[in-house]
Amino acid sequence: MSEKPITGEKRAFMTGNEVVAWACLAAGADIMYGYPITPQNEIMHYWTRQIPKYGRKFLQTEDELSAGFTTVGGVLAGLKAFTATAGPGNTLMQEPMSMAEMMRLPVVTIVQQRGGPSTATVIYSQQEVTLTTQGGNGEGMRIVYSPSNHQELFDYTIKAFNTAWKYRFPTFVLGDGYQAKLRESVTLYDPEEKGIERVPSEKYVGKPGTPGVDREPGHYRNTYNTEEELFEVLQQHFADFEKMTPEVVEYAQDNVEDADLVIVAHGVVFRGVRDAVKELREAGYKVGFFRPITLRPFPAEQLKAIANKTKKLLIAESAQGQLAKLVKDAIYGASAEIVPMFRPGVGITTEQIVAKVKEVL
Amino acid sequence: MSVSPQPAMPKSWRVESKPHKFCPGCGHGLVLKCLGEAIDELGIQDKVVFGCDIGCSLLSWDFFNCDSVQTHHGRTTPVMTGIKRANPDAICVAYMGDGGGYAIGIGGIVNAAARNEKVTVLLANNTVYAMTGGQMSPCTMPGQKVETAPYGRDPEATGMPTQGPEMISAITGDGAYVARGTTSNLKQLKSYIKKALQNQMEGNGFSFVEALAGCPTNWRTNAEKTWAFIEKEMPQYYKVGEKKNPFEAKKEAQQNG
Repeated sequence: MSEKPITGEKRAFMTGNEVVAWACLAAGADIMYGYPITPQNEIMHYWTRQIPKYGRKFLQTEDELSAGFTTVGGVLAGLKAFTATAGPGNTLMQEPMSMAEMMRLPVVTIVQQRGGPSTATVIYSQQEVTLTTQGGNGEGMRIVYSPSNHQELFDYTIKAFNTAWKYRFPTFVLGDGYQAKLRESVTLYDPEEKGIERVPSEKYVGKPGTPGVDREPGHYRNTYNTEEELFEVLQQHFADFEKMTPEVVEYAQDNVEDADLVIVAHGVVFRGVRDAVKELREAGYKVGFFRPITLRPFPAEQLKAIANKTKKLLIAESAQGQLAKLVKDAIYGASAEIVPMFRPGVGITTEQIVAKVKEVL
Repeated sequence: MSVSPQPAMPKSWRVESKPHKFCPGCGHGLVLKCLGEAIDELGIQDKVVFGCDIGCSLLSWDFFNCDSVQTHHGRTTPVMTGIKRANPDAICVAYMGDGGGYAIGIGGIVNAAARNEKVTVLLANNTVYAMTGGQMSPCTMPGQKVETAPYGRDPEATGMPTQGPEMISAITGDGAYVARGTTSNLKQLKSYIKKALQNQMEGNGFSFVEALAGCPTNWRTNAEKTWAFIEKEMPQYYKVGEKKNPFEAKKEAQQNG
């Protein structure tokens, strides 16, 4: 292996897709399997430009089904493998991810959301929340990070590989078209220099020795003969997911203690919310924010505690209630009134949030 | 000296999962026996990663004392490709039926073949979707009665059966090995499978063997009629033999050179 992609801290001004490619290099990702779809393409553009220097690999497949399943194969062979997709590609990607879920494969997928349903726009939305957190047949046992700026895109892409390999559930970084395409400042770093533990990968197949002679063969399947057998297998997965949840859940909150209204938002929409809360506080409104960073598992306990104290939860999202569903499920039985601010497929500005809060408070 | 009444199993078979779970008379056991013997003779049990599809082939998920991965319908070729790309030392074998290879998995198999991926694909052609109850597959013969063509397959309405090895030999580059064998000639089938594995071991290119195989359960045939269909009906359309052989090509080039 050649030199490290990043040493020391490097300030850069780049697009989100470029940030992701650098994060994957820094995280020690070995191979990307991908299929082009807007707005994530530049991840593979930058990856393929950099990898000859660092001895990493790439395969462009014929579609997202194969991109997902070859990524599954890469992980089975013991490499830190990843893919990236969006929209209709994310839809196809759910088939391999349901297999990864059943086989407990730490596949990392970057999703740069675009508008939906179907082809919709190639630009932006937050409409892949339900698909990414719950897609595929099964119970949606996966980890989903929702970054809101380029620094977080870098931090959480690195973290995604570590979380995936530590807990062995498929892990997603749920970005969006705005984050993918806009340029902003970011500090790149080598995670090891920062003391971030790099969780080692491990072979599922092809371990040393002859199977049946020196060791048991690795037999991985996702078909079960009886209902009871499947039920038993799933109990362990549920138990592992539940045990992992408090260790993995991440969120941010501010000004919630005395708030009459708390705004709930994730991803880039949170940027507008953060500024709106500052502005509204300065104007004397008792407003705070709660931001889930992991959408799956969801910081349910933490939000429920807030929902039992504040009068209103304003849910701001660029989708028609996909985050709201997660919120309602999390806070069931709490006293706060839910106020929707749904703008599917379009962005939400600070001014719009301020106006909405003034209208409902 | 006593003679064992049991026929010998390939060494690479996993005794704990035998007797196998296929129906009596099913062709899968025969194809997998050829594969097992080929693995033994080549001494690659420690290197083989075996992948199987959904459908009857999934019953082979723990068939061998080799690492194995059971995947989705039609997705075995991409999974094995992913493993091979990540670990070029592995000998990756994708095992599927005609539905998994020629219908839902055609995109995966055609593109892997076109890229000349260094994996070996074994496809059992029994002319039906068997595990799902005997529906029409891309390989159902003209006039053959199946659940979704109860009056017999009509090529006017559904086209002619897929000629897999012919197609794959046309789209693969140099170094690909392509053959069609039959469970009615196991010695020949084993030699094809062995060459398909050797071809991968030498890193030449894509290797593909289709095996004509019986499905007495869905064909609703007795032993005599099952063999008549495999030996007489199927080869009329599905010509047995090697379609592309880089070993022969190399030999010829040496002779001419």
